[in-house]
Amino acid sequence: MTRLRVNGVEAEVAVATVAELLALRGIDPGARFLAVAVNGAVVRRTEWPVAALSQGDEVEIVRPLQGG
Amino acid sequence: MNDDPLMIAGTAFSSRLIAGTARYPNQQVMLDALAASGTELVTMSIRRISLEGYSGSLVDLVSGRYRLLPNTSGCVTARDAILTAELAREALETNWVKLELIGDRDLLYPDVEQLVHAADELVRKGFVVLPYCNEDPVACQKLADVGCAAVMPLGSLIGSGMGIANPAAIELICTRSPVPVVLDAGIGTASDAAQAMELGCDAVMIDTAIARSHDPVRMAAAMRAAVEAGRLARLAGRVPKQRFAEPSSPQLGLVGS
Repeated sequence: MTRLRVNGVEAEVAVATVAELLALRGIDPGARFLAVAVNGAVVRRTEWPVAALSQGDEVEIVRPLQGG
Repeated sequence: MNDDPLMIAGTAFSSRLIAGTARYPNQQVMLDALAASGTELVTMSIRRISLEGYSGSLVDLVSGRYRLLPNTSGCVTARDAILTAELAREALETNWVKLELIGDRDLLYPDVEQLVHAADELVRKGFVVLPYCNEDPVACQKLADVGCAAVMPLGSLIGSGMGIANPAAIELICTRSPVPVVLDAGIGTASDAAQAMELGCDAVMIDTAIARSHDPVRMAAAMRAAVEAGRLARLAGRVPKQRFAEPSSPQLGLVGS
């Protein structure tokens, strides 16, 4: 198990990559308008299958919403 | 394209109204209001997804029709604003960003010190930066100096509808700014939008005044007309104000004289 912080919430998950984390969360990695950062750096969509996650990583998963 | 386009970073817009997408009663009213406003550029925020899952959103509806301008609303540090801009670039495939750096959560006033720092860094990273800023000619000059594509001084507090609190400052900024000036925040009704354009602003940004009006679609049409009227009046050049009356009818040949 890997201990991560995902969108500000602690999580113990059995995943090795960004793509696996999205799958575990039920997020279609093919969905448009998604973006991911790990430890303050954007991980490009093409890197999701190979971007490794390790103990203590802070992950942000975002999408656009209405705004002013 | 009309013969008086708004130019920002080499991109031409027929409409001088930038519209927000928040606070509408529902999505259909928002879509109808955006259409009625004539806008070509709409703002969106970037937020964490719900960990319960991702479903389609507003962006699916507007992305094909309008150019998108993601914002960094709610960010209080340069670091978070820069990351939010980078996430927006990845999510929306645009390097344009409306940079907001909030210094006070109650007033939503910009933190100018961090704003200039973040703007500088984002310009270096290749972003087209449109910063929401104070109605301060010095702050606006600093933002232009670091390479911002426009400046977005506030008329009054975000969402307040108080109009343009300091028209003299806005006019000064418009006179001196080397980049387009977009009045952001505070517009309450159509006359405020017209006033901004008459003071010399190149465009206005409106969200709450349309979305929270009684009839957003009609108010959007009013804002469109006001922006166009204000722009035309600015180009035409208003008469100077004077302290005494000046008759408009001829004074020769008055009956009984």
